[in-house]
Amino acid sequence: MRRAYFKNNWIAALVVAPQLLIIFIFFYWPSSQALYWAFTLEQPWGGGNEWVGLENFIFLLSDDRYWHSVRISVIYALATTALAMGMALILALFADRQLRGYKSFRIGLIWPYAVAAPAIGLAFRFIFNPSAGVASYLNYAFPDLWNPVMNGSHAMTMVIIAGAWKQVSYSFIFFLAGLQAIPRSLTEAAAMDGARPLRRMLDVQLPLLTPTFFFLLVINITDSFTDSFGIVDTMTSGGPARATNLMVYKIYEDGFRGLDYSGAAAQSIILMVLVIALTFIQFRYIERRVHYT
Amino acid sequence: MIERTPWLNFATHAILFTGLFILVVPIYLVIVAASQTLPDVMAIPAKLLPGDQLVVNIRAAWEEAEFGTKFTNTLILATGVVVGKIAIAALTAFGIVFFNHRLRMPIFWMVFITLMLPLEVRIVPTYAVAANVLSPFQTILDAAGITWLIDALTGIEVALEWNLLNSYTGLIMPLVATATGTFLYRQFFLTIPDELVEAAKMDGAGPLRFLWDILIPLSRTNMAALATIMFVVGWNQYLWPLLIITDPNYGVAAVELSRLVPNMNTTGGDIPNWHWAMAGTLIVMLPPVAVVIFMQRWFVRGLINTDK
Repeated sequence: MRRAYFKNNWIAALVVAPQLLIIFIFFYWPSSQALYWAFTLEQPWGGGNEWVGLENFIFLLSDDRYWHSVRISVIYALATTALAMGMALILALFADRQLRGYKSFRIGLIWPYAVAAPAIGLAFRFIFNPSAGVASYLNYAFPDLWNPVMNGSHAMTMVIIAGAWKQVSYSFIFFLAGLQAIPRSLTEAAAMDGARPLRRMLDVQLPLLTPTFFFLLVINITDSFTDSFGIVDTMTSGGPARATNLMVYKIYEDGFRGLDYSGAAAQSIILMVLVIALTFIQFRYIERRVHYT
Repeated sequence: MIERTPWLNFATHAILFTGLFILVVPIYLVIVAASQTLPDVMAIPAKLLPGDQLVVNIRAAWEEAEFGTKFTNTLILATGVVVGKIAIAALTAFGIVFFNHRLRMPIFWMVFITLMLPLEVRIVPTYAVAANVLSPFQTILDAAGITWLIDALTGIEVALEWNLLNSYTGLIMPLVATATGTFLYRQFFLTIPDELVEAAKMDGAGPLRFLWDILIPLSRTNMAALATIMFVVGWNQYLWPLLIITDPNYGVAAVELSRLVPNMNTTGGDIPNWHWAMAGTLIVMLPPVAVVIFMQRWFVRGLINTDK
């Protein structure tokens, strides 16, 4: 605990004021506004909002389209997380052996983090395009084998691959940092006991990575729920036939295209609850973070 | 570890190469397409070696999407986010670490909670706020009856309005309104020894001098880390600029990029100009990637310390 402080609380108020003002205007106010809209309905002829209680939510939860969006969002989140984390974990375990060329490999595996979502979306949309580029050859050889423009599950697969590609680097950076935080003495002790590298990976490194693993699991799932907009918008615009209309994209569509503020707000609230729940889980795990040192 | 594991070493390299391959191939294909003519891009089977049209295509994409303006705007956006975030984060963290007042923890928690809800989740109401930043205050004044009071007393109707749509302020502000940097700074400030504070006070330094002459120089690494991450985040913004910018003079690169290829719903049977689109993709992704590669050390440290 700190003992030495400055006394002048006016200055303290002055220095925290900018951030408090900004988060009030751009965070707390909009969030409360979302709550207000979710429980009211805007009158079509103007004249303010009418309180409708849970009606927006009931309407939403009885809408098949909404459930469809939830379902594919869960699929998207689980699939991208599994793909990205699985790949990142394997790569980090082997990169951590720090053989020759380790540094180049590390840079090579980190840079995709910096690529903008719409750039990734466009790149993969081109690559998987049924009529141009690499995938077109596939279609030429086997007609109708691959068509993400028309086929919903093909489009979903394409979006998942792009999403996973985007997330690999983030997990890789954390896994690698986690591995490097493992005390060298532990690995050395295991080596003295005759454990070969693969055995050490399984019995020493993997168990010690558990906290990092859980942390990344939650972060990745949260990210896939909230951060998929750029990819979906550039790749499929939610189509074909709503097959890739993920929750964030649906909020955007209903709110800004359909001008249904109440419906979009209710969806936002549900997504908020989901994200907050995930964050709470994360903090439980982070607080329980095991220290083996 | 000193042990001979030739087979495992071989496998290690093979696995890492495969991983690298998977990550690099999409970008390689982008480069290939960006360096060919449209007929070559559409050729079946695909031509997998780069052509010689790279410069031509980049120039065409640059003209087509008016990237000159867009890159400037994106640079302003990214710089604004970097500077705003660092300044605000350092100040707030300073205010809650080096002062002993009762509001320290409440303020800390108020800032902390903003981590939970990314902008995408509260996008619709944030847009409404950006359309009139003063609307929160107007509503509060209305609710408190002050508007009515002023109107009754002076006959002046209070209507606060400040529209941030199509402005740099509107682009930057909501992106600054999160806690990421504040945390990084708080963690760093907590490691500053008490003795340093005491010594500064003994030498007659006030809080602001202490902040400016001691803390800021000490936090250079922190700043570099935060700047790298925030630059990437700022440069790659998509949803927010897409919403609030309708005036092409304020458009940013990532949004413009997506307009290079016609939307799937609106393609009227035309073949999109893939070669230009891929050239555009290439130049839009280049700046943040370069920053991450050159600032790798700070970037990794910053990412891990902020826990996002």
